[in-house]
Amino acid sequence: MISISNLYKSYKTDYNTLEVLKGLDVEIEEGEFVSIMGSSGSGKSTLLNIVGILDEYDSGEYRLSGRLIKDLSQKDAAIYRNELLGFVFQSFNLLNFKSAVENVALPLYYKKISRKERLKLAEEYLDRVGLKEWAHHLPNQMSGGQQQRVAIARALISDPKVILADEPTGALDSVTSQEIIDIFKEVNNDGKTVLIVTHEKEIADDTDRIILLRDGVII
Amino acid sequence: MFDLDKWQEIFYTITNNKLRTGLTAMGVFWGIFMLTLLLGSGKGMENGVMAMFGDSAKNALYIWPQRSTMPYKGFKAGRRVQYTMDDVHAIIDNVPQVEVVAPRFGMGSLTFVRNEKSEAYEVRGETQDFIKIEPTNIILGRYINALDVEKSRKIIVIGKQIRDIFFEEDEDVVGQYIQVGGIDYLISGVFTSKRQGEDAAEDERTAYVPITTVQRIRNLGNKIGWFVCTINGNVSAFETKIIDVIKQRHNIHPDDDQAIGHFNLEEEFNQFQGLFIAINLFVWFVGIGTLIAGIVSVGNVMLIVVKERTREIGIRKSLGATPGSIISMILMESVFITAISGYIGLLVGAGLLWLIATLMDQFGVESMFFANPEVNMTTGLISLLILVCAGTFAGLIPAIQASKVNPVDALKDE
Repeated sequence: MISISNLYKSYKTDYNTLEVLKGLDVEIEEGEFVSIMGSSGSGKSTLLNIVGILDEYDSGEYRLSGRLIKDLSQKDAAIYRNELLGFVFQSFNLLNFKSAVENVALPLYYKKISRKERLKLAEEYLDRVGLKEWAHHLPNQMSGGQQQRVAIARALISDPKVILADEPTGALDSVTSQEIIDIFKEVNNDGKTVLIVTHEKEIADDTDRIILLRDGVII
Repeated sequence: MFDLDKWQEIFYTITNNKLRTGLTAMGVFWGIFMLTLLLGSGKGMENGVMAMFGDSAKNALYIWPQRSTMPYKGFKAGRRVQYTMDDVHAIIDNVPQVEVVAPRFGMGSLTFVRNEKSEAYEVRGETQDFIKIEPTNIILGRYINALDVEKSRKIIVIGKQIRDIFFEEDEDVVGQYIQVGGIDYLISGVFTSKRQGEDAAEDERTAYVPITTVQRIRNLGNKIGWFVCTINGNVSAFETKIIDVIKQRHNIHPDDDQAIGHFNLEEEFNQFQGLFIAINLFVWFVGIGTLIAGIVSVGNVMLIVVKERTREIGIRKSLGATPGSIISMILMESVFITAISGYIGLLVGAGLLWLIATLMDQFGVESMFFANPEVNMTTGLISLLILVCAGTFAGLIPAIQASKVNPVDALKDE
């Protein structure tokens, strides 16, 4: 599903070049539940951004579901993100002025699905994460755990092949964190590939495989 | 297609930043408001000045006698020339472009007497053609006709104010007799003026009789006072030709420009029109300038909006928003703010003009230089078009900026 070979990425400033990823090789099969661990600065977020087609890489090769992801136009990148990927962020990144159900429905808006249909589907997905009663609440009326569950429902609604989560439990207490991880497990059991970036050992231990990054290489 | 989500977002940003949106909208509002007000006032001035012309034929040339200033063919300078009906016929024969020649003889102020009442009014001798050049509304009876002129009938057409003085509301007027300057005239018609205000009142205090009747009563032969003619074509082009005919007939030196008084209404009219075109251009220039200032402020604020919404734009991009959809989102917001505030400006401006016109009407304010300020449909539509273009322009740079937002940086943006 995700096939990365010899991946290099560096950030250039005016004075120096910071090499973040130095010849990375990663292979993730369809249906795997994988976590990426590493200290800050190890390049784990950069890796996730590249996998999420939010960022570009300098050299090497990245294939997502068999397609080569390189030098895409912004529009093509947007379409791949919409169809293949679902994102979950540390700070939830919900739109504050939209209710839970509208937030969940947003990816379908960019798929040009009618409003009626996408809201119906969004309610189903909210039900799956146990928030049916909260469908018409605004994000700031909900707890962190609830907001993250809304975000997960949003990531799932476009039925992507891969779910990418960047520190999904970073802003949550341990009980809530466990609830969120349980949801990810369920999602994985439904056959989706799940990739979680985390620095918490307990979270990583719940996944099938841990990829450990240090200074831009896998150890 | 109506897209609820897009509008929801627009309303969200607008209602969430009421002050900012208000200040932004103010610029455009003021621009359009001023443009409307200036255009309306310009139109009001135009209407006021043009009303002086009434419904008069604009291709008219007025000619009256003055004293000659040069000796010619044995005639001394300082001679006053008397025009006759022969001059009228000579002009018709010699200048085929002339449509109508209407002579007039002013009798001055004469005393009208009927049933113990007496009052003095201006009386003018005319032919059946004068009404074609300076029209009036005949509200009762008829105007002078060719037969009246031919037979020197003692008939009279009176202004409405004269009728109001001498006749009761429900009294028959046409067919009644009135004594004017000691002679009984049959009233053939009553007229009202097509001009406005004081001019109209003055018009309606005059009366017309056939010019031949005047000539007979005063023993004038076929003398006339002065005449006016309309010309099919450019009046200025035939003005000299007509004057030359008169000069030749009355032995006036060809270079003596003082001997014949003349007034070209078309020239006057064109000058006024030119003036108003200039005023209009100036108004558009000022109005559009103000509007541009408003647009720049919208663009400015939209840039800030894009900056503030960087994170939101990043989220949208991560969920699959294409650059095009981001651009259209920002553009729509910009067009919406401009169009709404501009439209309100248009409404308030038009409303104010309407109020001024109504108040002027109510309090009977008559001004020679201001009447019926108004904006017409075309102006409104042009303004609306300008607004939509303006909104697009204002939003363009911010929208492109927004589409270039890098989701990675945007999502880090706390």
